[in-house]
Amino acid sequence: MENTRSVQTPALDQTPRIVIVGNSATAVGAVEALRKVDQSAEVTVISAEPHMIYSRPMLSHYLAGEIERPRLAYRGADFYARHNVRPVLDDAVVRIDPQAHSVTTASGQTFGWDKLLIATGGSPIIPPLPGLDVEGVYAFTRLDDALAILEYARKREARHAVVIGGGMIGIKATDALLKRGLRISMVELAPAILARSLDEVASRMMSNLLVDAGVEVLLENTVTEVRSSEGRLTGVVLRDGRQIACDLLVFGIGVRPNAGLAREAGLKVNQGIVVDHAMRTSHEGIYAAGDVAEAYDLVVDMNRIVAIWPNAYRQGATAGAHMVGVERVDPGGVAMNTVEVCGVPAISVGNGNAPEEGHQVLAECDERAHRYKRMVLRDGRLVGVILVGDINRAGVYTGLIRNRIDVSGCEDALLNERISLLSLPDQYRKHVVTGAGIEV
Amino acid sequence: MKRIVIHEEHCIGCRLCEVHCLVQHSRSRDIIKAFRTERDTVLPRVHVEESGPISFALQCRQCVEPVCIEACISGAMHRDEITGAVVCDEAKCVGCWMCIMVCPAGSIQQNMTGGGASGRHIASKCDLCYGAEVPACVANCPNEALTYEEVPEAAPQE
Repeated sequence: MENTRSVQTPALDQTPRIVIVGNSATAVGAVEALRKVDQSAEVTVISAEPHMIYSRPMLSHYLAGEIERPRLAYRGADFYARHNVRPVLDDAVVRIDPQAHSVTTASGQTFGWDKLLIATGGSPIIPPLPGLDVEGVYAFTRLDDALAILEYARKREARHAVVIGGGMIGIKATDALLKRGLRISMVELAPAILARSLDEVASRMMSNLLVDAGVEVLLENTVTEVRSSEGRLTGVVLRDGRQIACDLLVFGIGVRPNAGLAREAGLKVNQGIVVDHAMRTSHEGIYAAGDVAEAYDLVVDMNRIVAIWPNAYRQGATAGAHMVGVERVDPGGVAMNTVEVCGVPAISVGNGNAPEEGHQVLAECDERAHRYKRMVLRDGRLVGVILVGDINRAGVYTGLIRNRIDVSGCEDALLNERISLLSLPDQYRKHVVTGAGIEV
Repeated sequence: MKRIVIHEEHCIGCRLCEVHCLVQHSRSRDIIKAFRTERDTVLPRVHVEESGPISFALQCRQCVEPVCIEACISGAMHRDEITGAVVCDEAKCVGCWMCIMVCPAGSIQQNMTGGGASGRHIASKCDLCYGAEVPACVANCPNEALTYEEVPEAAPQE
């Protein structure tokens, strides 16, 4: 295995016990990585949710009616058995005791550990609005949310949804509900949608697609009040005083890390749980990874939360390997995401929306064809890219960003319709083409 | 496991690899039918990179730690237990393009009609011809610009 080397593991009198709190991408990454090299550790996965491992990013496809529920399964039903893992589902961990090396669950069970991985992810941000506790109001991050929205929408024949949030989650919810035939009003506090990942041009393109599909896009606005009648949602009031009648309200603002347990346990927590390159927290034997972890981001060159699926899996794998004595070092994450609006895909990697000031920006736009490319360079290196429409070569750019390749002199090639590896520095091309050992 | 090794100096850019890859992954496996009637639903999974006189055929590099598997949200991208190849389970794929976003070789493509008539969007990539003794692109390269060999895993990179 590349990027790894074995280290001396202290001899243990008994089988090492590993507890993983959380049951999503991070947990799977950890289990798969640790079982590659270790069959003996006693591994327990504890989850507050009752479900088998499912894919959260797939929920929008399920909400849209594009897939049936079984396809939400991220791994087969035999995943735990095959990896010799004991699942403890539907039982939230309520306390971590770093001194006693144990965790306690809501049902009162206590599990001892030699290594602990905190992979508790995030919870949806729901602002404290008056009148929220009524039928028709939902978050959209968990399977239960999607099930509840679908059941409610069917039962009440929902017609008009208000989606709060024009970021990734809000857009995915909007696109899905559009496919279900609902009318949508999307409310975003910022002056643009997807502002965290897209620049002004790309954001406007995606926004126009939504508008063309009949979505009411309300920017620099927010919901200040929820109206209801007989315990059921009837509408919302916006900051500017406008009222919108609706029968479904979805919060798609974002998530905040579930770092409370770690904080109470005395671990170092900023926004998320602070971890090093091996996903180790401030406490010996305790690891954190995924959306709850503040790990190294190699584009911004600092630790921060980048709550995306690939990071969660890779960080989980790093922690998993490390917990069984493989000194694997995580090269760091890069913020990136894909989103599709009305069939037009957009991809943003790194600092694709960085301002022109202090950067070299290369861009090419054909708004009518829904095609746009924006490359951001700093000191001759690519640090960000936005692609709308034609995204087939996105990974080539991502590779250049992750490997911090000096592309001075290749700038012209970056905007080519189909960027050729032959137009990139020879050594990098050979690195990519040789294949074995690619780590990006 | 065996990997496809690229010999840039032997490639003449004839694109026979692309032709035979497409045929191999077509329903009919017949070169005429594949190109006449299935052209819209099946893509070659190898692509000739070209710049002036230099060219080479590129397909999935079978990374040791594949970033496409790490990024896949559906669980479609996986390592085949029998062949060891990184492959996409097209029945599971939802076409979210996360794999395309991360593949440094750019060797995964959008197939917008991957489900045939249903037009499902899926990620299309090399599967080493499902454990065939020799993949079609290698077998049909007239110049041995592609070979199929046991390649030891690269040494750890420091």
